[in-house]
Amino acid sequence: MTHDATLRLEVSNLSVTFPVGAATLPAVRDVSFTVAPGEVLGLVGESGSGKSVTLRSILGLTRRYGQIEGAVRWKGQDLLALNEPALRRVRGREIAMIFQEPMTALNPLLPVGLQITESLKAHTSLSRSERKARAIEMLDMVGIPAAASRLDNYPHQFSGGMRQRVMIAIALAVRPRLLLADEPTTALDVTIQAQILDLILALARDFDMGVILVTHDLGVVAQTCDRVAVMYAGRVVEEGSVRDVLRAPLHPYTIGLMRSVPQDVAPRSRLYTIPGTPPGLLHLPPGCAFEPRCPVSDVSCAVSRPDLASFGDGRRAACFRCEIRPAEGATAA
Amino acid sequence: MSDPVLEIRDLRLSFPVARSLVDLIRRAPVRQVNALNGVTLALRRGETLGVVGESGCGKSTLARCIVRLNAPTGGSIHFHGQDIFAPDQRHDRRFNRRVQMMFQDPYSSLNPRMTTGEILAEALRVHRICPAGDIPARVAELLDLVRLPKDAAQKLPHAFSGGQRQRIAIARALAVEPEILIADELVSALDVSVQAQIVNLLLDLQARLDLTILFVAHDLRLVRHISHRVAVIYLGRIVEIGDSETLFKDPVHPYSRALLSAAPSLDPAERGNRTHLEGELPSPLDVPGGCAFHVRCPHRSPRCSAEVPALRPLATGGAAACHHIEEIANERL
Ligand SMILES: Nc1ncnc2c1ncn2[C@@H]1O[C@H](COP(=O)(O)OP(=O)(O)OP(=O)(O)O)[C@@H](O)[C@H]1O
Ligand SMILES: Nc1ncnc2c1ncn2[C@@H]1O[C@H](COP(=O)(O)OP(=O)(O)O)[C@@H](O)[C@H]1O
Ligand code: SF4
Ligand code: SF4
Ligand SMILES: [Mg+2]
Ligand SMILES: [Mg+2]
Repeated sequence: MTHDATLRLEVSNLSVTFPVGAATLPAVRDVSFTVAPGEVLGLVGESGSGKSVTLRSILGLTRRYGQIEGAVRWKGQDLLALNEPALRRVRGREIAMIFQEPMTALNPLLPVGLQITESLKAHTSLSRSERKARAIEMLDMVGIPAAASRLDNYPHQFSGGMRQRVMIAIALAVRPRLLLADEPTTALDVTIQAQILDLILALARDFDMGVILVTHDLGVVAQTCDRVAVMYAGRVVEEGSVRDVLRAPLHPYTIGLMRSVPQDVAPRSRLYTIPGTPPGLLHLPPGCAFEPRCPVSDVSCAVSRPDLASFGDGRRAACFRCEIRPAEGATAA
Repeated sequence: MSDPVLEIRDLRLSFPVARSLVDLIRRAPVRQVNALNGVTLALRRGETLGVVGESGCGKSTLARCIVRLNAPTGGSIHFHGQDIFAPDQRHDRRFNRRVQMMFQDPYSSLNPRMTTGEILAEALRVHRICPAGDIPARVAELLDLVRLPKDAAQKLPHAFSGGQRQRIAIARALAVEPEILIADELVSALDVSVQAQIVNLLLDLQARLDLTILFVAHDLRLVRHISHRVAVIYLGRIVEIGDSETLFKDPVHPYSRALLSAAPSLDPAERGNRTHLEGELPSPLDVPGGCAFHVRCPHRSPRCSAEVPALRPLATGGAAACHHIEEIANERL
C-alpha cells in the first residue's frame, strides 16, 4: 500500500502550561514525535507525566485552560494555527479521539444508536440506511451482543465496560485517518481488551489509520504498538521501536519501569521498585527531572538537562549516561 | 500452612433486581442477579489466595461476604470453626477486627478531615488494641511498618500520593492486628512502580505477621506473582483452583485457558499468539444452565448444557469443574 505522506502527523516542540495561582505548571515540555499512516505509537509513563495533556493538545482541546506552544502538522497545515470552527471540522472526522473517562463523552439523553448515526451524518456522506448498517456493524465489532437490538438503548442501560466499547464504536465508525486513544481498554477485562486492540490494529492495517495509544500496560504496548515513546515529568525521555525499547531500554527510567513488572522473576520474590516519587511539576529540578531517583546519575545530571538525542534506527533518549549502553545492549542481545 | 482459617461452603448470593414501573405494570416476575452460585473454598493460614475472573463474575461479592458486608442467601462461612453468620456471632466485634478488608479506593474510605495519626489512633482505640498511653508509639510503629515517613502522622489524606494513601489504608487495616486481609483490587489504580512497592510490602508483612491474604485483582501477572494458590471464577462459581505457578503455566479448564491467554505478554515476539474467547460474558440475570461456560466453550458437548460439572481434583493437586478435562488434555498432546 502506498502511504499518503500528508497523512503523517508531526508534533514538533509541543509545550503546554497551565496557570496555577500565580505560578505556571509545565505539564508538557518540548515534545516531538511523528506518526506515519498505519503506524501505532504507544505513549507510556506514570500518572501525571503528561500523556493525556499531550493527546488532547494535538486537537487543541487544552487551549481553553492553558497555553499551547509548538506545532502539530497534519495534511500540510498546523492544527494549532487553526481557529476553533476549522479545528472542529478535523476533530471526529479525520482525527478521532477516545477519552480516558467514557461517561463524559457519551450523551446520557440519547440512545447509543443515534449517537453513532448522528456522528456519521455530521462527518460522512453515508446514506441513512448505510449509517444504520455501519452503526450495527461497529457495535458488533466492539463485542456488543445482539447489536441490532441495542441501538435504542440509552448509555445507562449498558455496563461500564460496554459504554467504553460504545465510545470506541463511535470513534471508529467514521473510519478516521488518525485515532488518539487515551487508555481505551484500561477499564476493561483482558478478554474484551484483546478484542478491542485487535479491532484497532485491523483498522490501522486495512485503512492505513495512524494511532496514538496511551496506556500504562507495557504488555499492551508489546502486543499492539510499532513504536513507543516514554514520558517522564512532561517530556519524552525515550523513543524507539517497541522491540528495541522493551528488550533493551536505554533510559534509566524506562529500565526501572521494565524491571518493576513481575516477569521472569521468582514467584513471590521482592520486586524492583524505582526509589522516590515523581517530582512536582511546579518544582522541577534544574537538571534532569529523573536525577533525584536515578541510580546511575552523576554530578552533571543535577546541573544541566539532557536533550533527546538520537541513537540511530529512530531510537532517541534523553540521558547523559546512555552513550555507554547501546554496546552493552548489543552484546546482551 | 495447612490448617484452614476460613472455610467457605457452597456460598450463594442473589440480589433482587429493583423492578421498574413497566415491570410492575406488566407484572413481570421478580428477577435476581445470581452473583455467587455455590463457592467452596478454604483459606489456609499464612497463604495468599489470588482470585481472578472477568468483571461482574462475583469477586467483590465474595470478598464482601467474607467481611460480612453482604449476607449470603445460601451456604456458610466458618472462621476457626465458628459460623460467622450464626445469630450469636453477628455482633462479635472480635471477628470484625480479625478479618480486615482493604478497599480499591482508599481515598473514599479515609476520613479527609482526620490526620493519618488520628485515623490510626481511632482504629487502635475502637478495638482496644493497646492502652491509651501506648497509642502514639504504636502509630509510629505502624507508619514504619508500611514505610511512611514519621511526619505522615500529622498530615491529612489529600497530602499523599495514591500509593501512599494505599499504605495508610493498609496501616489502618494492620492496626487492629488482623489474621486475614482481604485486598480487593488494592493496587489496580496505581502505577507499575508503585504497585511493585505495595506488592513488596504485602509479601513482607505476610512473612512477619503470618497473615492470610485474599488477593483479588484483574492484573494476572501480579496475581501470579503474589499468590500461593489461585482461584478462577466464572459467573459466581470456581471453575479452577490450584497452585499459582502450575495453574498459570498449564491451566486446564477451557475458561482459565482463554482468560490467561488474553493477558498481553511483554514479549513483542509473541504477537498474535492469543486464543480468542468468543462471545460475551452472559448476564448474571440469567446464568446459562449446566456448565455456565458452555455458550462460549469450544469443547462443549450436549452433556455440558444439561449437567453442572463438579469441581474435581486434578493430578497436579488443583481442581477444575469441567466434564471433559481428560479429553481436552489428550487433544493437546
Ligand atoms: N486543566 C488543567 N489545569 C491544571 N493542571 C492540569 C490540567 N490538566 C492537567 N493538568 C496537570 O498536568 C499534568 C499532566 O496531566 P495528564 O492528565 O496529562 O497526566 P497523564 O500522564 O495522562 O496521567 P494518568 O496516567 O493519570 O492519566 C498533571 O500534573 C496534571 O495535574
Ligand atoms: N448490591 C447489589 N445489588 C445488585 N446487584 C449487585 C450488587 N452488588 C453486586 N451486584 C451484581 O453481582 C454481580 C457480581 O458483582 P461483583 O462481585 O461486584 O463482581 P466483580 O467484583 O467480580 O467484578 C454483578 O453482576 C453485579 O452487578
Ligand atoms: S541524565 Fe543522569 S540523572 Fe538523568 S537519567 Fe541519565 S543518568 Fe540519570
Ligand atoms: S463442562 Fe463442557 S462447556 Fe463447560 S468448560 Fe468443560 S467442555 Fe466446556
Ligand atoms: Mg491520563
Ligand atoms: Mg470488583
